[in-house]
Amino acid sequence: MNARKPSAALRDPAWLRWSLLALALGFVALFLVLPLVAVFGYAFEKGVAVYLASLTDPDARAAIRLTLLVTAIAVPANTVFGIAAAWLVTRFQFRGRGLLLSLIDLPFAVSPVIAGLIFVLLFGAQGWLGPWLAAHDVKIIFAVPGIVLATTFVTFPFVARELIPLMQAQGSEQEQAALTLGAGGWAMFWRVLLPKIGWGLAYGVILCNARAIGEFGAVSVVSGHIRGLTNTMPLHVEILYNEYHRTAAFAVASLLALIALATLALKQLIGWRLRKPPQRDAAA
Amino acid sequence: MGRLMRQPRRHALPGFGLTLGVCLAWLGLLVLLPLAALVLKAAALGPAELWQAATTPRALAAYRVSFGCAALAGLVNLFFGPLLAWVLVRYRFPGRTLVDALIDLPFALPTAVAGITLTALYASTGPLGRWLEAAGWKVAYTPSGITVALVFVSLPFLVRSVQPVLETLEPDIEEAAATLGAGRLTTLWRVVLPTLWPAILSGFALAFARAIGEYGSVIFIAGNLPLVSEIAPLLIVSKLDQYDTVGATAIAVVLLAASFAALLALNLVQLWTVRRRSAEAR
Repeated sequence: MNARKPSAALRDPAWLRWSLLALALGFVALFLVLPLVAVFGYAFEKGVAVYLASLTDPDARAAIRLTLLVTAIAVPANTVFGIAAAWLVTRFQFRGRGLLLSLIDLPFAVSPVIAGLIFVLLFGAQGWLGPWLAAHDVKIIFAVPGIVLATTFVTFPFVARELIPLMQAQGSEQEQAALTLGAGGWAMFWRVLLPKIGWGLAYGVILCNARAIGEFGAVSVVSGHIRGLTNTMPLHVEILYNEYHRTAAFAVASLLALIALATLALKQLIGWRLRKPPQRDAAA
Repeated sequence: MGRLMRQPRRHALPGFGLTLGVCLAWLGLLVLLPLAALVLKAAALGPAELWQAATTPRALAAYRVSFGCAALAGLVNLFFGPLLAWVLVRYRFPGRTLVDALIDLPFALPTAVAGITLTALYASTGPLGRWLEAAGWKVAYTPSGITVALVFVSLPFLVRSVQPVLETLEPDIEEAAATLGAGRLTTLWRVVLPTLWPAILSGFALAFARAIGEYGSVIFIAGNLPLVSEIAPLLIVSKLDQYDTVGATAIAVVLLAASFAALLALNLVQLWTVRRRSAEAR
């Protein structure tokens, strides 16, 4: 779409082009490239042996396991919700649809710390359900369920957000056709809808996953920072850093940075895929 | 924008009840119930106590730091965001795709990682901090450090809101301006920039709403000195650590109100743009 060669009138003069480019790239180098390089630089400043030792430390391993567990619950849960919400909002007109759309976005407007706070107010020792939970010996705050809840809250909108505009633009002709040809609802879902929204869904899941792994503020409020039990990877980074184990902190941080880089690469790839005209894909 | 839905209602699609049930259950349990706990807590306190807890000198100082640094970071990106969008859309240079992908780094990188890295870089022993401190500017552990972290966090909002507008900008008006004898700078300033303002402002509102609530990337570099470099989200956390749920709730209500105000302003800007566009089309 942007393949047209810009006419001479649209070209900035060379001096302007070079100065804007230098300014922009200088800013990117200072604010994006330098921190990214620094993460790995600090992680390896004492050599590979120390780096590996920091990652295989029992507390680090427990943190990695907990992060994987939390992500493995939060991401699928929000994926199911995202597909359901997108189907509901793009395929049906009903009262309260606009309200539902704004409510889906709500967690984005809430500070992570407040996301943690609301669960403390609900489930904490002084919270609304606190006494009942204590009487039944259920621990949510300062335990794994609280971390899962806070992470799920924070990553709530990602999948729905990607799918809603995509499914809106695609329309429902193919689903209608499948039903007309006698397919049942679930057959239509697995064989028609899912392949059709696949790349958009993958895009949303990747973003949701990155945030679930990296969430700090919300999790920090509900976790209680119990080493080996309720520390996720980002919380483990914080503890190591505050105890002046800088190299170890950056070693764990470098794992998180690698996940971030993989996220960016996948995002770019899927972005290209999504921008291709969908008709050609359907015909293939 | 793509809000139009015109589908002939030939076949009632299945799944209304199921998806409605899933949505309401998930939304209700996960989002509405906990938020209701906050609202009920605030309501139970009553306006007088809430106001008192929300306006202690320490809280007021924290709002000043949070809102001030968020606005300052937004202003920095008000310049660099559209500049990056322009360079990425209009110029061809080696590594453009890489830079384009890197813009989202602040979205993808966990905030704690960004926080410790920026601190290590800008501390007085760090490669940037050493140099800046020699020049008389202490960044880490001061409000300047908070602003640096917030510039990092809010950059993608400004770039990504302006970029699609630039991509779809019709070349006619720029060509017309050139034909009428306007210099390139005049054209950029008087013709291109005005069409970008709505996108720039909505990017700013999103960035501001995010920045006032930001926690992970800020607390390491902030110094966290009460009244000087303590941000409002951190004050919520320290109130909670002291089991002062009243104080935490009051500050949370103020922060939430500020984010909602920013997002409301954003919606008004968008509404105003749509109105203006349709008025021009007439």
